[in-house]
Formats: sequence, C-alpha cells, structure tokens
Amino acid sequence: MKGTALALALAGLLLGAVAIAQSPQEKGRAIAEEADRRDSGWHDNVSTMKMILRNQHGGESERLMRRQALETTEAGRGDKNILVFDAPTDIKGTALLTHTKVLEPDDQWLFLPALKRVKRISSVNKSGPFVGSEFAFEDLVSQEVDKYTYRWLRDEVLEGMATFVVERVPRYEHSGYARQVVWYDTQEYRIQRIDFYDRKDTPLKTGRARTSASRRGSSKRA
Amino acid sequence: MFRRTWILGLAAAALLAGGRPAAGAWRAAGKVAAEVRTFPATPQFADQGQENVSPSLLVEPEARLEWASGTNRLTVRPFIRLDTHDENRTHVDLRACNWLHLGDRFSILLGLGKVYWGVTESRHLVDIINQTDVVEGIDGEDKLGQPMANLTYEASWGAVDLFYLPAFRERTFPDGGARLRGPAPIGGGASYESGAEAFHQDWAVRWSRTLGAFDVGLAHFSGTSREPRLLPEAYVSGVRLRPRYDLIEQSSIDVQWTKDAWLWKLEAMRRSGAGERFGAFVAGFERTLSHVFPGAADLGLLVEWLYDDRSDDSPPTIFENDLFVGARWALNDVAGTSILGGPIVDYRTGEVFAFMEAERRLGSRHQIEIEGRWFLHAEKGAVMDGFRRDSHMIARVSRHF
Repeated sequence: MKGTALALALAGLLLGAVAIAQSPQEKGRAIAEEADRRDSGWHDNVSTMKMILRNQHGGESERLMRRQALETTEAGRGDKNILVFDAPTDIKGTALLTHTKVLEPDDQWLFLPALKRVKRISSVNKSGPFVGSEFAFEDLVSQEVDKYTYRWLRDEVLEGMATFVVERVPRYEHSGYARQVVWYDTQEYRIQRIDFYDRKDTPLKTGRARTSASRRGSSKRA
Repeated sequence: MFRRTWILGLAAAALLAGGRPAAGAWRAAGKVAAEVRTFPATPQFADQGQENVSPSLLVEPEARLEWASGTNRLTVRPFIRLDTHDENRTHVDLRACNWLHLGDRFSILLGLGKVYWGVTESRHLVDIINQTDVVEGIDGEDKLGQPMANLTYEASWGAVDLFYLPAFRERTFPDGGARLRGPAPIGGGASYESGAEAFHQDWAVRWSRTLGAFDVGLAHFSGTSREPRLLPEAYVSGVRLRPRYDLIEQSSIDVQWTKDAWLWKLEAMRRSGAGERFGAFVAGFERTLSHVFPGAADLGLLVEWLYDDRSDDSPPTIFENDLFVGARWALNDVAGTSILGGPIVDYRTGEVFAFMEAERRLGSRHQIEIEGRWFLHAEKGAVMDGFRRDSHMIARVSRHF
C-alpha cells in the first residue's frame, strides 16, 4: 500500500516533471532549437530547389532555383543567402540577395539580369510572392528560431518517415501568415513539409522538401 | 566601327578560350521574340514610310562557360534584330563577349559587357558606361555591348569599380525614312571632338556602398559622351542631323533610402564638355501598397521629379523640368502579370509623354509583353515636336530558353 502510494507519488512527480519539461510550447521550441543547433556550424552551403505550384484546376508550374547561403553567428542577425532562378526561363538568372534580420525587416537586393540592374527592394511586405511564384519572400529567407513562437502538435509518420509536427506562429507583425505547421524528421530534424495558413487562418499552401545537394561542410543541412 | 569593336571582342574571347578552361560545359540560354509595332497616326514628314504596322524578329542567345568552381566565366551573347521597315533597326550586336574572373576581394571583367548604374525609373540619368541602342527602344534601357576592362575591389569601406573603356560605340538611330527618327534624318557619319575618334581612351570610376538603409554610389566618367549633339547640315535633299560626340567629364551620385515600404531615390549628375556645363537630377519615391486589392496584388506608386538645366548647345533632352507620376500594378500571380506606366509631364511647357509596359507569362517558356508610348502634347519647335505623330504600341511574344 505504502509502496503503491510512493510509486503513484513518484509517477505523479515524474508526470509533473514531464508535463513541465514537455509542455507543447516548450517541446515545440526545443525541436526548433535542436533543428537550428544541428543546422549550425555549416558555415556555407549550396542547394538546389524545385517548387511545383499546383492550382485548383490541376495546372502545374515549376520553379527551379539555386541557393547559396552563408552562416552568421552575430546576435540579432540571421544568415545571408542568395537565390538564383533557373526556371521559368523568362526569369532565369534573376537573383535575390537577403541579409536576414530576426525581427526587423531584412535587407534585400534583387538582380535583374536583362538590365544588369541591382535593385534594393522593400522587405516590409514579406508576404508578397517572389517573382510571380506562390512562395512569399518570408518562406525563402533564413528561418531563425526567434522569428516564431512554437507549439508541438503530435508525432506522425510522413511518407514512411518519423516526424515531429510543430506549429509555429510568426512574431513578425507584417507576416502574411497566421501560423505554419512544420514537419521535422526525427532523425536529422530537417524540415520535410510546411503547411502555411494565411492571416485569416485558412490553409494557403504546402511546402515540401524534394531535392538537396551539399557541396562542402556538414551533410546535415537540407 | 561596329566591325572593329566586334573583332576586338571576338579576339579577346578567342584568346581567353585558348587558355584551356578545365572541366565545365557550355550552357545555353537566351530568347527569341516576334514583335509588332503599330503607329496609329500617319507620319509627320513626307519622307517617312507610310507603313503603320511593322513586324520584326529578335534573336538573343547566350552561351556561358564556367570553370574553377565558377570563379571564371566566359559569356557570349549575340543580338540580332530583323525589322521589316527600318533598315537601321535591322542590326546585329554583341551584347556580351567577356571573361569574368572572381577573386576573393577582386573581380576582373575583360571584353564586351554591360553595366547598370542608377535607381530611378523614369529616366536613367547616371547610367553612362554603355551606349544606348535607341532603335531597340526609346526608354534608354537597351544598350550596346561596351568594350571594357573592369576591375572591382570590395573593401569594408565600400566597393570600387575601375573602368578602362578602349573603344566607343556610336548611338543607333532610326533610318531617315523610318518612324521615331525625330524632326530630321540623322546620319552623315559621326564626328568627334577627339582626334582619336571612336578610339579615345575613356575611363570611369565608381564607389558604392550600403550604409544601413542607404545604398550610395558616387561616380566619375571621363571620355566620349554617349549622348551626341545633333548638328544640322544642309544638303540639296534637305537638312540632316549629324551626330557629334564631345569629350566630357561627368560626376554623378545615386542614392536610395529604403524605409519600410518607401523607396526614396535620387540620381544627380554634373557634366562639362558638351556645350555649357550643366546639371540634372531625378528625385522621387516609390511606395508599395500591399493588400489594397483582394489577393496578392501589390500597387506601387511612383513619383519622380526630373530636372535638367542644359542649354541649347548641349545634346537635346525632353526632360527639362518634368514630373513623372506612375503606378506599378503587380498581380503576383503564377503568370507574373504586371503593368507599369504613367505620364511624364513638363509642367512649364505642358508637354506630355506617357508610357505603359505590361507583361504576362504564357506557360513556362513564353511571355507576352504589351508596350505603349504616347507623345500626347508637344510644344511647337521643341524636341518632342518631331515625334508627335509617332505614338506607338508594341506587342511582343518571347520564347525563353
């Protein structure tokens, strides 16, 4: 009887401890921090991106991009990256350079290859699509931990891959999103899928990780 | 001149290509386009062709070779325009034929290339390295390939660009019997202030830096004016305007202040050598309004004040004291639909020039563009008076590859 009580008390304590350590908010942030930690120390990288945009009529549109990124360790400042478009072909060679900030508007420059013109652009409206794609500027810039508040939702198997499903709410006041739901694989904490909800909290679009290639440094970076 | 510049560029490329670049493959890109220009009004002058509809073709392929992890690059970009009615508009050029080397803080470009300076939209005042290909478009955005050696050095205090420009390209002008030729035919061969003519050795230097929300550029150009004076010469057949290229010194500044959704812009320059010394500036803003329409469309409002105090002995301009009020409507849709346009009004003389540029993607490889340029009101005897019946629309379908 005594033993049982102790066991229950212990279980209660443990459960309590678990509950404190693993509140959905804390667990969500812990996952994002772990993803960020595993994603640090890469210094620089090169990746390719392919977006498939499908409209409600089943029409498909492809975007191909190359991205080069440089890690920044300075507080309050995010990574620097440049995104170069390969498709659609009319915007081939168009490049977007972003110096990410955590909560302030980023510094952004757009290179228009036909004119050889570099244009500093306003980044306040990060919800604006990038050169006609369905991706917003804010989707393409560096995902710093402090840009969001987090809540763990569930663990789930996504196409045979064990994942954590975390909801994140942008802290940036001009964000185009009410929230995003992010799938991290449990193995490497890489983002596998993001569901975006617009400011009215209706489902807007889904982002999926498809291809990646690393040239040098850590193989962990997606 | 064209031929000599070409040979120079080709020779440079051949020389560089002979340097046996390591592993890497040529990559092709570029575009072909079919275009129709229509002039609703009959021509102003008897010696201009009566055709109202002018179809033309454009081919602009690009080949690029990179090696040594992209730190070396050869680019060749020929340009061919075939026009049915303006024989000067039927022309070929090498927009690019150069070797680019990227070092840690240095980069070097040798050959024919293109450089853009500036921030404003209604006029490109400080952009001086390349000659304008006027037969391609009157907005000053089409440029001929410029022979150059360009050294860029990037330091913590900004980037410095040095340009050595060994040869000059003459401005293209419509044929004397074509539309948009202005008050009189232009031709008779260019004349130069320099005895070296098109081979005066020009140079330019530019310092540019981002200082927080400010992007600043300071530049100086010394050499052959890209803008010619047009000197009337009397012939039995009538008056002809002969281009005269003076040696000039031009200092310029361009600044953009990016503050929230506002872009504040300034381009200013001072030029001596072509007539009396004069100054000019374009100053204004672009303000982007998001969420004004349902959906993702953005509306940008542009206001620019254009001022130029040049005298009559300098190359002519229509932007003496003008106000540009424009709008940029970007649907931000999958087809990348956007429209930019507005009037440029000389509020002293009442002259009005207006333009509109619209574009939309068709599928993944094609694009349709509609452009309109209207000379709405011209002062009698002023520069624009020779264009007052040349308002036109252009429809263009391009295939990009």
